[in-house]
Amino acid sequence: MTINGWIQILVFVGIVVALVKPLGGYLTRVLNGERTILSVALGPLERGLYRIAGVNEREEQHWTTYAATMLFFNLAGFAMLYLIQRLQGELPFNPQGFGPVEATSAFNTAVSFMTNTNWQGYAGETTMSYLTQMAGLTVQNFVSAATGVAIAAALIRGFARASGKTVGNFWVDLTRVTLYVLLPVCIVGSLVLVWQGVPQNLNPYAVVTTVEGARQTIAQGPVASQMMIKHLGTNGGGFFNANAAHPFENPNALTNLIHMTSIFAIGAALTNVFGRMVGNEKKGWAIFIAMGVLFLAGVAVTCWAEAAGNPLLHAVGLEGGNMEGKETRFGVAVSALFAVVTTAASCGAVIAMHASFMPLGGMVAMLNMMLGEIIIGGVGAGFYGVILFVIVAIFVAGLMVGRTPEYLGKKIEAKEVKMAMLAVLCLPLAILGFTSVAVVIPAGLSSLAHAGPHGFSEALYAYTSGAANNGSAFAGLSANTPWYNITIGLAMLMGRFMVIVPALAIAGSLAAKKSVPASSGTLPTTGPLFVGLLVGVILVVGGLTFFPALALGPVVEHLAMLKGQMF
Amino acid sequence: MNQSRSASLIDARILVPAIGDAFRKLDPRSLARNPVMFVVAVVSLLTTVVLVRDAVSGAAGLGFSLQLVLWLWFTVLFANFAEAVAEGRGKAQAESLRRTRSETQAKLLSDGGGYTMTPGSSLRVGDLVLVEAGDIIPSDGEVIAGVASVNEAAITGESAPVIRESGGDRSAVTGGTQVLSDWIRVRITAPAGSTFIDRMIALVEGAERQKTPNEIALNILLAGMSLIFLMAVVTIPGFASYAGGHVPVIVLVALFVTLIPTTIGALLSAIGIAGMDRLVRFNVLAMSGRAVEAAGDVDTLLLDKTGTITLGNRQASEFRPVEGVSERELADAAQLASLADETPEGRSIVVLAKEKYGLRGRDMASLHATFAPFTAQTRMSGVDLDGSSIRKGAVDAVLKHVALAAHGGPDAGNPQARADSVRALQAIADDIARAGGTPLAVVRDGRLLGVIYLKDIVKGGIRERFAELRRMGIRTVMITGDNPMTAAAIAAEAGVDDFLAQATPENKLQLIRDEQAKGKLVAMCGDGANDAPALAQADVGVAMNTGTVAAREAGNMVDLDSDPTKLIEIVEIGKQLLMTRGALTTFSIANDVAKYFAIIPAMFLAFYPQLGALNVMGLATPQSAILSAIIFNALIIVALIPLSLKGVKYRAAGAGALLSRNLLVYGLGGVIAPFIGIKLIDMAVTAIGLA
Repeated sequence: MTINGWIQILVFVGIVVALVKPLGGYLTRVLNGERTILSVALGPLERGLYRIAGVNEREEQHWTTYAATMLFFNLAGFAMLYLIQRLQGELPFNPQGFGPVEATSAFNTAVSFMTNTNWQGYAGETTMSYLTQMAGLTVQNFVSAATGVAIAAALIRGFARASGKTVGNFWVDLTRVTLYVLLPVCIVGSLVLVWQGVPQNLNPYAVVTTVEGARQTIAQGPVASQMMIKHLGTNGGGFFNANAAHPFENPNALTNLIHMTSIFAIGAALTNVFGRMVGNEKKGWAIFIAMGVLFLAGVAVTCWAEAAGNPLLHAVGLEGGNMEGKETRFGVAVSALFAVVTTAASCGAVIAMHASFMPLGGMVAMLNMMLGEIIIGGVGAGFYGVILFVIVAIFVAGLMVGRTPEYLGKKIEAKEVKMAMLAVLCLPLAILGFTSVAVVIPAGLSSLAHAGPHGFSEALYAYTSGAANNGSAFAGLSANTPWYNITIGLAMLMGRFMVIVPALAIAGSLAAKKSVPASSGTLPTTGPLFVGLLVGVILVVGGLTFFPALALGPVVEHLAMLKGQMF
Repeated sequence: MNQSRSASLIDARILVPAIGDAFRKLDPRSLARNPVMFVVAVVSLLTTVVLVRDAVSGAAGLGFSLQLVLWLWFTVLFANFAEAVAEGRGKAQAESLRRTRSETQAKLLSDGGGYTMTPGSSLRVGDLVLVEAGDIIPSDGEVIAGVASVNEAAITGESAPVIRESGGDRSAVTGGTQVLSDWIRVRITAPAGSTFIDRMIALVEGAERQKTPNEIALNILLAGMSLIFLMAVVTIPGFASYAGGHVPVIVLVALFVTLIPTTIGALLSAIGIAGMDRLVRFNVLAMSGRAVEAAGDVDTLLLDKTGTITLGNRQASEFRPVEGVSERELADAAQLASLADETPEGRSIVVLAKEKYGLRGRDMASLHATFAPFTAQTRMSGVDLDGSSIRKGAVDAVLKHVALAAHGGPDAGNPQARADSVRALQAIADDIARAGGTPLAVVRDGRLLGVIYLKDIVKGGIRERFAELRRMGIRTVMITGDNPMTAAAIAAEAGVDDFLAQATPENKLQLIRDEQAKGKLVAMCGDGANDAPALAQADVGVAMNTGTVAAREAGNMVDLDSDPTKLIEIVEIGKQLLMTRGALTTFSIANDVAKYFAIIPAMFLAFYPQLGALNVMGLATPQSAILSAIIFNALIIVALIPLSLKGVKYRAAGAGALLSRNLLVYGLGGVIAPFIGIKLIDMAVTAIGLA
């Protein structure tokens, strides 16, 4: 690790921490329906949209209505995206003349973008027309992110309210988040990216003759507009197959910093929104710090593993860190940092190939996702995900202070525990279940590029990425097959909605409860004790399940490497 | 049922039958109540079938499989044993209660006035019975006439007789107790088979035991954890086959059983039963486990001043004369007025007069004095001697008396002087009230002499108890009929957080409702019929056994000793129950780390020898590692039975302190202990040559 690497990591962490409070304050106003500085310009537009849609913005919804509305909206989004892909050959903005996307791939992609996963079984520049990219994929990038924030807001309201029947209005949350947060930031950000050299046009791909005389097709298109939301909304679906490693997506260190910061910005700020809405910002910081501890531990391990490099290459005289699959313009430290950021935050954009990481570096990426994307996490998703662990932690530890458990004055009872366990259960089910089938049947095995533990990791990573709604790829796996398209699609649906619906149920149940005032007999939910407890529960309840799988993948690969065996 | 009868943990009379019960509880209907242990039993059965199949087909390595199967069954049996031991203690108590429920003959009163002998079991609610000295009271009821001393040792274990009388707050009688003297007429309030003793038997036996809300929630968590680990284990064969290996079913089962939270699963019901049992040994009967849980959650304790915070009796501590009267003169009059007064207050006046002024007790007869007893009308008592009358009583009552007598009194011609002495007396009385005392005015022949200062004696150590409660986050509210001034002074002296003065049943009920509206849980105790609404409204209502039937029906706990101070212990027992549950759950989950490190390398060593590096405990062979883990998993249940029955050590401290201590002991301890335990068992297993 170079000094430069450490400084870049510190700068990144510093910016994220500095953004938590101001962005949290702004988001709180947006989610509370209060006036913001953008209300002058956007207020009429917002009210116009409600009028067109026939939504009464003052009418709040019971959690079941909220959930049904959200599911209906997502289903419609899925259907539309599927149809655009299948019909893109007939539709405009298709200068390359791409035909319809294959059915299972279109299903997979529609699910992927609707669930904020952005797993890409296809290669963007050779599959998707500009219309599909802009009106299909990018639209879902916005609304899937807004959906996540809306669910988080509903859950926060559950804690903040007492004896209430409603948790908010999905249409209003969706509209306000998109209009007041995602769009303005993306417009400004995209302009900065364009300034830094990211293309934004509707031209056909450029065909040029290189200095050696070879003919080369250079893909381009409306890239910048998709880049900002891809990171801000923790979507991660690249315009190009190489994702953010592609110089047109991520030309330099500055754009890379913008990308990383926007990945964490909203997720980190939501902890502050939570603190503000429940009336004690410290509650939010405690969760943020627990996330931070796990994040920094991941960064430390990955950076150490990547900087140490491969001992087998050292033995033949190739000194230095592990540069395989990394861009020289980013280097070891920043590539490692980006890998941890993108997997911790459910983004899935990559600037380096995770398959080429050292086994332990790759394991951190996988573990980040297996824990349920709760280290900052996907926008909204990370917050409601971590709250599920808070509920489990409070339930177990709360008893140890001699009271039936309560968090923020709300009793944690059978219903909350049931819903939290249901949500926690969906990841092992989807990840381990599908992987164990994929590694024995020919349809699964034939896509693996490597044998042994590395090949196992490829399949394990794919389902982990799908179920955790991350979307990053380990590379190596040929995922665009009917088997993987369908099963990963199902894993993405399980990982998204088997968490969202229980989270909303918890929101509804909490909102209806009375609020118990805190006393010195109440379990403290700020401070190092709570942070330690939460981190412990996340690792033991969320992580231990995957011990056997990780042992057979990256762990055995690492141990074998130390003994001189590569896969 | 008193404390001395509590069975010790290693009582053969409980342990031996519990072994038999452990096998009887293998009945699937009984196992199904506990999801975790039911799952263990199912997989044990599965492995038994696999073992038999292998034995028939003559497969190799049967010895190892057999040992694993045996330990799996031991796991289930140990869990059953823990529950049986917990129940055993209650059963012993139920047995002694049952003996008191022998068939009795009741004297059923007929309308004509006579009575007919009727079997106690045929009595119906509303029947009137006569119970005379030596008779056993046939069923629960309310005294409607008469007064009698009753031996209630059958339920309280206390052999000193108690008085039961009609009207007032001591009218409830319990079937199975014996009238020692006099007679009473009782209206039966409970049908045969559902009397108080029947309910006690059912409660201590655990027959009526229903899962409490928190237990249900915990069971869901444990079932969820089991499902998660089921996913972790059933997917291993697929992973192993990819790696070109094979993992025997029995090893998978061993991993599964060690991972799921069997420790807490096995001990959960024992913890609940033991919690109820601790209350019973404390002579408190909880009508439901829910009430015990609620006790742990209590935020506000309503405590009656008299008997709980102060000693029941006030004592005279000072004589304060009005101007122109000497202290001795006042003391003399006060002593005379109290000579025949047998109330504790009256006696304390005589004692004070003697101690302070050397005034000896005089004989009423030789003084030709006649005693004027306290009546509800006059609210005064005193003596009449040699044409002179002395009275003492509440200040307002005495002043009224003086005003009435003023026409013929010595000051009758001097209204100014009388008004002055009234003012002076009132000033003294106010002073005393402000200091938390009760003023008792003394008047002789219409002339106000002064005030006796009756002091409430705050119980020793109660202040510290309230400080402890405050650290636990519990607010104490003193309930008293005193005026606000007196109440404030005593509240300050005792260190309670708040008080309700001039309490009436209505404002008591209102106070509870207000607290509950703020989201707080309220506990209180009471005995009178007018306490019934408040007892029913409170989250934890402890009725005194001496109280009325209405109070006993309204509360969700009954204190057989009728000691209101116990409310504090009840809260502590409730907290201890919840803490024990949490501690063992944490321990159980934390154990998984070590178990993975024991079994995972052993499981995969055959096809990935590199994973031997994960064998951090240096366990001898894969077989010994797996066997040690499953043995540890079973033995830890037995090792923790005493803890689950006794409860984790409870200290009055804030939640933060409790959490950090328990997390350290049961969380960190739970991670470390199995590493040591499994290693030791492995060494033993290897030494004996079991694997």
